[in-house]
Amino acid sequence: MKNHTREISVAIAILALAIVLAFAAPGYFSRENLTDLFLANVPVLIVALGMTLVILIGQIDISVGSIFAICGVTAGLLAKWGLPAPVAGLGACLAGAALGALNGSLVAFLRIPSIVVTLASMVALRDALRWQTQGAWVQDLPRDFQWFGLSQSTYPLAALVIAGLLSVGLAWLLHNLAVGRAIYATGSSREGARLAGIHTAAVTFSVFAAIGAFTGFSAALNSVRFNQIPINAGLGLEMKVIAAVVVGGAAITGGKGSVLGTVLGVILLGAIGPALTFLGVSAYWERAVQGAIILAALVIDAVRMRSEKHAGSLAINHA
Amino acid sequence: MAVPLLEARSIIKSYAGVRALKNASFELLEGEVHALIGENGAGKSTLIKVITGAIEPDSGSLSVCGRLVEQNDPSISRSLGIAAVYQQPSLFLDLSVAENIALALEGGGVWRKVNWQERNRLARELMERAGASIQPERLVSTLSMPEQQLVEIAKAIGADAKILILDEPTASLTDREVDSLFRTIGVFRNQGAGIVYISHRLDEITTIADRITVMRDGETISTRRREEVDKPTLISMMVGREIAAVVPKLQSSTGEIALELRHVSNRVTGLKDISLSVRCGEILGLAGLVGSGRTQLAETIFGLTPSDSGEILLAGVPVKIDSPAHAIQLGIGYVPEDRRRHGVVLEMPIASNISLANLKRVARIGLIDDRRERELAGGYLMQLRIKAPSVYTETGALSGGNQQKVALARWLSIHPKVLILDEPTQGVDVGSKSEIHNLMLDLAASGLAIIMISSELPEILSVSDRIAVMHQGTIEGVLSRDEATPQKILSLALGHVPSGEMAHFD
Repeated sequence: MKNHTREISVAIAILALAIVLAFAAPGYFSRENLTDLFLANVPVLIVALGMTLVILIGQIDISVGSIFAICGVTAGLLAKWGLPAPVAGLGACLAGAALGALNGSLVAFLRIPSIVVTLASMVALRDALRWQTQGAWVQDLPRDFQWFGLSQSTYPLAALVIAGLLSVGLAWLLHNLAVGRAIYATGSSREGARLAGIHTAAVTFSVFAAIGAFTGFSAALNSVRFNQIPINAGLGLEMKVIAAVVVGGAAITGGKGSVLGTVLGVILLGAIGPALTFLGVSAYWERAVQGAIILAALVIDAVRMRSEKHAGSLAINHA
Repeated sequence: MAVPLLEARSIIKSYAGVRALKNASFELLEGEVHALIGENGAGKSTLIKVITGAIEPDSGSLSVCGRLVEQNDPSISRSLGIAAVYQQPSLFLDLSVAENIALALEGGGVWRKVNWQERNRLARELMERAGASIQPERLVSTLSMPEQQLVEIAKAIGADAKILILDEPTASLTDREVDSLFRTIGVFRNQGAGIVYISHRLDEITTIADRITVMRDGETISTRRREEVDKPTLISMMVGREIAAVVPKLQSSTGEIALELRHVSNRVTGLKDISLSVRCGEILGLAGLVGSGRTQLAETIFGLTPSDSGEILLAGVPVKIDSPAHAIQLGIGYVPEDRRRHGVVLEMPIASNISLANLKRVARIGLIDDRRERELAGGYLMQLRIKAPSVYTETGALSGGNQQKVALARWLSIHPKVLILDEPTQGVDVGSKSEIHNLMLDLAASGLAIIMISSELPEILSVSDRIAVMHQGTIEGVLSRDEATPQKILSLALGHVPSGEMAHFD
C-alpha cells in the first residue's frame, strides 16, 4: 500500500513522452489538441476510477461498455422528455447504478465469477439496447442539454474540476475511510476479511453498484458533447479502462492498487495514441503500442515479484 | 566408518547482504532419522533448500554418498535420490492420487499411452507401503491434509528416495496420525534410507530421532545422539538460554459463565448436540482428532456456520449469532488456524491488521484517525512484544510467531469477553510459543474466557483449566485439569469413555 514504484515509473514514462513531443512535435501541446485529448479521456478516467475499486476487491467488470451506451441513451431520452440536463445526468447515474447492482448481486450473493456475470451482461445489455432502440440513435436533443447548458469553452474546465474532485475524493476515501480498508482487505483475502467481521458480500455488491454509477455519470458527461447519442458508444471501453488500471499498478488478483496509479495509467495510454500521429507514425500502431505498454508493465511486475519473492523468503527466515 | 548418505559442509548463503546461513554443516547416515531443530529463522528451511537444489549456496560443498555434487537443481537432487515432503503438500488437487503419483514417477513422452490399470495398481501398492489405505482413484482435493502428506511420502517411496526430508510433517496431524507416520518412517529407515526430520515438537523428536542437530542464527550449533540430550538441554541449545518449555498453570479463580452452548447442532458441518460452557477467567482446551469438529464448533460459535438447532447463551442471555460481524459485536473473537490466509492480511501494515476487526474504535463516522490507529497498534506492539521496526511494517515480512501476535492483537483490541484460539502456536518457534502461552494465562487472569483448540497434548495439558474432547462432531467428555492425562484425552478422542470412571458431561 505504501509502495509507489509503479506510480513513479508511469509518471517517468509520461514525462519522457512529453519531452520527446516537446522537441519533435511541439504542436501536440496546443490548447485545442490538449482539450480534445482531455475530453476524449475524461469518460475513460471516470469509469477507470470505478474499475480501480472492482479490481481492488479482486473482481472484474467487462460490461462497462454496454452500461455506458445504455446510460448515454438514458440521459438523452430523459433530456428529450424535457427534464433539465442535471436531472438527466442523475438519471443516467441511477440507471448505471441499477445495472451495476444487478451484476453485483449475482457476484456477491450467488457467488458467480464476475468475469462470467459481466460477460453475459455485456452481451445482453448491448443487444437489448439495439433491440429497444431498433438501432436508432438519439437525435434532436434539446439545446440546453448540449454542454450541460455551459458554453463550449467553460465545459472542459468544468469537466476538469469534476474529474479532479472525483479522483481526489476517491483516493481520500480509500485511504481514510473504514470502507476503504474493507475494500483492500476483501481483495487481499476474502475469507480473512470475512473472519475479521467485514461484510464482504456487501462490499462486493456496493463496489459493482459504484462502478455502474461511475459509468452512468461518465456516459452523461460524454453525451453532452455531441448532438446525437450513438447506441454503439463505449464499444471496447472495458479494455481501455482495465488496461489503464493495470498499467497503473493494480494487481488483477486484488488487494493492491491506487487511484493515483489509475489516473497516470489513463494519461499514459490516452496520450500515446495521438502522440504517434504527431510523431508521424501511422495511427494503426496506436493499439499495438498500447498493448506493448501493458505488457511492459506486467513484465516489470513479474520481474519485481521474482526479486521480492527472494527478499520475502529472506524476511520469513530472518524476522 | 560408513560414507554418509548426505554431507553438507560449511554452507554459506546470503540474501541481499543478510546471512541466512553463516556456517551450516550437516551429515546424514544410512538408516538414521536425523532431526534438524531450531527456532524460526534459525536457517533450517534455507539449508533444506540448498539440499534440494531450490537455491544455490554462496559457498560450501554438498556430497551425496561420498560424491561431490558440483551443480544442483531440483531435478538433479531428485535424480540423486533426495525427496522432500513439506508441511503444505504440493499436489495437484484436481487430479487423482494415482495421477499425482504417476506424474512424479512415470517417464515417457507426453504422447505415450497410459496404462490405467498399471498406474492404479502401482499407486495402491505405494500407498500401502506408506501405511495408508486410500483409493488411487480419489481426487486429491477430497483428501485431508495428513492423507495428502501420505501421498507425498508414497511418491518418495516410489522414487526409491534414499534421502527423505520431512519438513514439519506433523504440524497438522493428530497424535494417532503421528503414530502411523512414525511407523512409515520406521519402515523407510529399516530399508537403509536416511530421514531428515524437521519439527517444532520436541516430544516427537526425542521419540523418533537417532541424532539431533540444533541450528541457531544460521549456524549448526551441535549434533548429538538422542540419548545424550533431554528436552531442556535442546531448548536451551536452540534459544541459547534456559526457558521454561511450558508454563504450568496456577489454579485460577474462575467467575461467571461467559458462554454456554445447549444442544447445539449443525447438520451441514456435522455438529451433534453440543453442550458446553466456559467461565470468565477460564481456559477451556478443546482436544480431538483432526476432523472431529473442533474448528466447525468454533465457526458455529463465531457465526460463520450458524447452528440450526440448540441454544447459545452469552452471559446467560440467549443469542442468535448469524455472522462474524455479529459475533464481534457480542464480544467474541476468533483467531483462525490458517494464520497466513485468514488470520492476518499479509499485504497490510501491522496497524491496519490490528484495527481491521475494530475499525469503529479508530474511526469516527467511518473516518479513520491515523493517530489513534497508530497508538492502538503501538500499544499492542509493546504489550505483546511484537518484534517489528514500526507499526507500518508489512505484516507478511514478520516471522510466524510475530504474525500470530498481530492476529491476537486484532482480537484483543475488540475487548472480547470470549476468545477462541484455533491452534494458536502451530508453526511458531519455542520462544514465541511460551510467550503466547503466558499471554493467554494473563488474559484469563484478567477475566477473559478462552477456548483453545490444539492438537498438541502437552499444550492442552499445561494451559487448560478444563479440557473438552471432541469425537465425530460431538463432545465425548470434559476433564478437569487434575484428572486429565494424555491417555484419557486420547481414549476420549478415539471415542472410548475411559474405563473405571465416567467422564462428566457439562
